[in-house]
Amino acid sequence: MDTTLKISKIKDGTVIDHVPGGMAFKVLSILRVDDLHENSVSIGIRVPSGKMGQKDVIKVENRYLERVEVDKISFVAPEATISIVKNYNITEKYRVELPEKVIGFIRCINPNCISNAREPVSSEFKLVSRAPISIRCEYCERSMSEREILQNL
Amino acid sequence: MLKGNSVVSISDIGKDEMFELFKLADSYSRSVEQGQKIDSLHGSIMATFFYEPSTRTRLSFESAMHRLGGSVISVSEAKSSSVAKGETLADTVRMAASYSDIIVIRHPMDGAAKLARKFSSKPIINAGDGSGQHPTQTLLDLYTIRKELSGIDGKEITMLGDLRYGRTVHSLLLALSEFDVRINLVSPPLLRVPQHILDQVSSRIRIRVTENLNDVISESDVLYVTRIQKERFTDETEYNSVIGSYIVNSEIASTMKKNSIIMHPLPRVNEISPEVDADPRAAYFRQAANGIPVRMALLSMILGGK
Repeated sequence: MDTTLKISKIKDGTVIDHVPGGMAFKVLSILRVDDLHENSVSIGIRVPSGKMGQKDVIKVENRYLERVEVDKISFVAPEATISIVKNYNITEKYRVELPEKVIGFIRCINPNCISNAREPVSSEFKLVSRAPISIRCEYCERSMSEREILQNL
Repeated sequence: MLKGNSVVSISDIGKDEMFELFKLADSYSRSVEQGQKIDSLHGSIMATFFYEPSTRTRLSFESAMHRLGGSVISVSEAKSSSVAKGETLADTVRMAASYSDIIVIRHPMDGAAKLARKFSSKPIINAGDGSGQHPTQTLLDLYTIRKELSGIDGKEITMLGDLRYGRTVHSLLLALSEFDVRINLVSPPLLRVPQHILDQVSSRIRIRVTENLNDVISESDVLYVTRIQKERFTDETEYNSVIGSYIVNSEIASTMKKNSIIMHPLPRVNEISPEVDADPRAAYFRQAANGIPVRMALLSMILGGK
């Protein structure tokens, strides 16, 4: 089914497609889309998808994603595709990719980890598995599962 | 390559280098026994920061440096240092690096030594960080097994007690996974080795997990005993139900192989009865004594002494 029938095209901005059904809210939270957000945002939740059964789609007008936002989205929606739209045309399209090194945006689940102390360092993790997703803290060596990562994004 | 580098994890030392270190420790052990004066680190300064209580580790590091002719400067506890004024560990280490040639640190938080390495221009030795690693204890544990049993490969090693919080167990398990050994992990369910540690080693060595020491004691070459940490139990009844089953006494020792050894990183509370001390297989005091030559060898290899 053509999802554009349900969600209108955007002139300029970003389309985040192939987000697992129900995860759109998590993506919106990563993009800090809240009641103060000024750009138009279209959201399709659990729309039919040939590949995924059902999926979420998010279209944000006049907004292009930063690298850290794409990296964060890769943990929420590892299959997501990002399309950059300029004047109604897709000028660039790519699939998100889990980063080998995760620096700064996930908090270590171990409360006794030095990266959670008042020290001048960012959290730092290494990707140890893509399916299921697992990362390991470079400081305390504690592994974090997908569920733990989502809780600490 | 140890020279000029930090040791924050046991994986910072390759297997070949570890055996080179053991040979050097053998040689230092003989020199110390014979009362020979060694002056290879004369002029070098070691700074020690022990933010957590320590007796053996601290004394043996300081003794090792003195025996090599070097000097020691130290901060005894966090409350007498600038940490009490709110200084970060990063700043403390940056400062210490300009006052010394090597820094030994024990800290209550996991990963503290790795952070220290990031900010230090001088080598860092991890003397225990939280429930993380304690690599020099692991070195002396491996050295003890090698010395007492003429090698490490082919041995069956049983770890007993608090395997969840004991950092010596975590470091030793990671190190043993590089050898051809069989491991038995004996603990109450609550105190099992954390899954993230098991994940790192289970593909490389044969591990048996049990609550019953009798299942494995008679086959073990090494019985590595750790203190069950009462403070970790929320239910005292639960603690009392497990504590009795893990006291190594003469009766248990009598079921062990003739050529086996009993180790303990010390301090012990009541998990090994004093009656076992006289048993020739009780190796824990010899193990503690090995801390000196092993740490001498480590300091020497990092600082390039002869």
